Amino acid sequence: MSIGFRALVAALFCFLLAPLFVVLLTSFSNDAFLAFPPREWGLHAYRALWANQAFREGFGVSVALAGTATLISLGAGTAASYAIARSRLPGREALLALFTAPLLLPGIILGLGLLLVFAQFGLLATWTGLVIGHCLVTLPYVVRVVLTALRGIDATLEEAAAVLGAAPWRVFRRVTLPMMLPGMTAAAALSFLASFDEVVITLFLVGPRLTTLPIEVWHTIEYRADPQISALSVALIALTAALVVVVERSLGVLRAMGR
Amino acid sequence: MKSRRLAALLLLPASAITLIAFLLPMGWLARLSLDLNDGGILVAAVTADNYRHFFTDAFYLGVLWRSVWVASSVAALAVLAAYPIALFLFRTRSRWRGLLAVLTIAPLLVSSVVRTFGWMIILGDQGWINSTLLALGLIAAPVQLMNNTTGVLIGLTEIMMPTTTLALLAGFARLDLTLEEAARTLGASPWRCFRRVTLPLTAPGIAVGVLVTFVLSISSFITPSLLGGGRVPMLASTIYEEALETLNWPMAAAISLILIAVFGAVLVGYERLARRWA
Repeated sequence: MSIGFRALVAALFCFLLAPLFVVLLTSFSNDAFLAFPPREWGLHAYRALWANQAFREGFGVSVALAGTATLISLGAGTAASYAIARSRLPGREALLALFTAPLLLPGIILGLGLLLVFAQFGLLATWTGLVIGHCLVTLPYVVRVVLTALRGIDATLEEAAAVLGAAPWRVFRRVTLPMMLPGMTAAAALSFLASFDEVVITLFLVGPRLTTLPIEVWHTIEYRADPQISALSVALIALTAALVVVVERSLGVLRAMGR
Repeated sequence: MKSRRLAALLLLPASAITLIAFLLPMGWLARLSLDLNDGGILVAAVTADNYRHFFTDAFYLGVLWRSVWVASSVAALAVLAAYPIALFLFRTRSRWRGLLAVLTIAPLLVSSVVRTFGWMIILGDQGWINSTLLALGLIAAPVQLMNNTTGVLIGLTEIMMPTTTLALLAGFARLDLTLEEAARTLGASPWRCFRRVTLPLTAPGIAVGVLVTFVLSISSFITPSLLGGGRVPMLASTIYEEALETLNWPMAAAISLILIAVFGAVLVGYERLARRWA
């Protein structure tokens, strides 16, 4: 590969990583607004972030919401994946397509659909509504990742355990479940991330008194841009990186994402 | 698993979630697109008026045209920008390959709000580009790079690049590096080798990359809204405004179904292409 080609690739990598680099750099600016180059460097933005009540509340809501949605979809999704991988129930492939279909549709349409139904049943700006909406986002990930993991497990090991006299529940608990755990861990991490970062669908479901962290950020940067948002972005990137490490250690990022 | 009843029971919770959070809302949406809106009040009806309005009103036609135009441009730009990266990742034997692959995909996992915010810092009137150009004396007043189509194109291209790269790589299966070597050994110039060997063999990847990027761009909401500053209305942001600001739910529902129809058309085209190359 020629020098010219390598230089081109390097330039394209710079373009690809520019926004993340810029966010990281400006988070260490002490200015009141985002000037370039910053007049004073320091940690003011991180201190202001720590003291910001609205962001703290949003963070609490986001963590609780992502945790709840992940627990529900991990339970429902793992059960469904197990049935799809190990039973001969007719129509299970069609169900799989249905469970993962929301991934194919734009969030804006899913969000609007939820708005229309929730308005009818008084579920807008409620915990129940948010949890249902986020399960729609997280369930497809869980089903896909756990199923990928399950299909990588040799079913003859389960048969061997059964032949040797283990009861079905025992086979599941002692053979299948331990082998499924890495897949479930990766699914949980991805699901948490998907819910925690969700903006488009959530915009339709929140209200003034119940808002998630990304929505707070969204409404803030519509009007102003300051180093505090950069600092918050860096914190969110760090959280993402931590969850990606979990996925990589358990199942592998590429495998979890179906490539 | 022997028992069908147990399998059905295990499928029940996920089915219930999908029914409540997906099938019911989508059905509701389709039905509501046939209702009418009278000054924010929903009027039950069965009419195609919303669709007729969409395809006769200059504003909505402009939104549709702009969305198709922006999405096509972004698809072309993102494939142009991602192609060298994908080719490099496919060819390289460097020990940095793993790290570079991670760096390519990593932005995909970072919230698009954060990445778009990064572009706002770069492209704004007091942003990095304008500050630098002003300091160098190359311009007298800030060049508008944001709150217009330019900003949307730049930001959206970068946002799409990781996905485009993955799509390209998935379609590079037929590219055999020894064929390139053979062409070069037999005396083809680098450019001729690229045009006659590399490009035809990577054409399936390019097609997949263009389609995936187009579909994701035409339905994107976050980046066009923030970098367009409300001045670049596209399909998704118009759905949002009809739903939450104008409160014209039937129209929002009708535009959603039109967007799904665009999706369907592109996916059918993709299926046809995929079959031809399979």
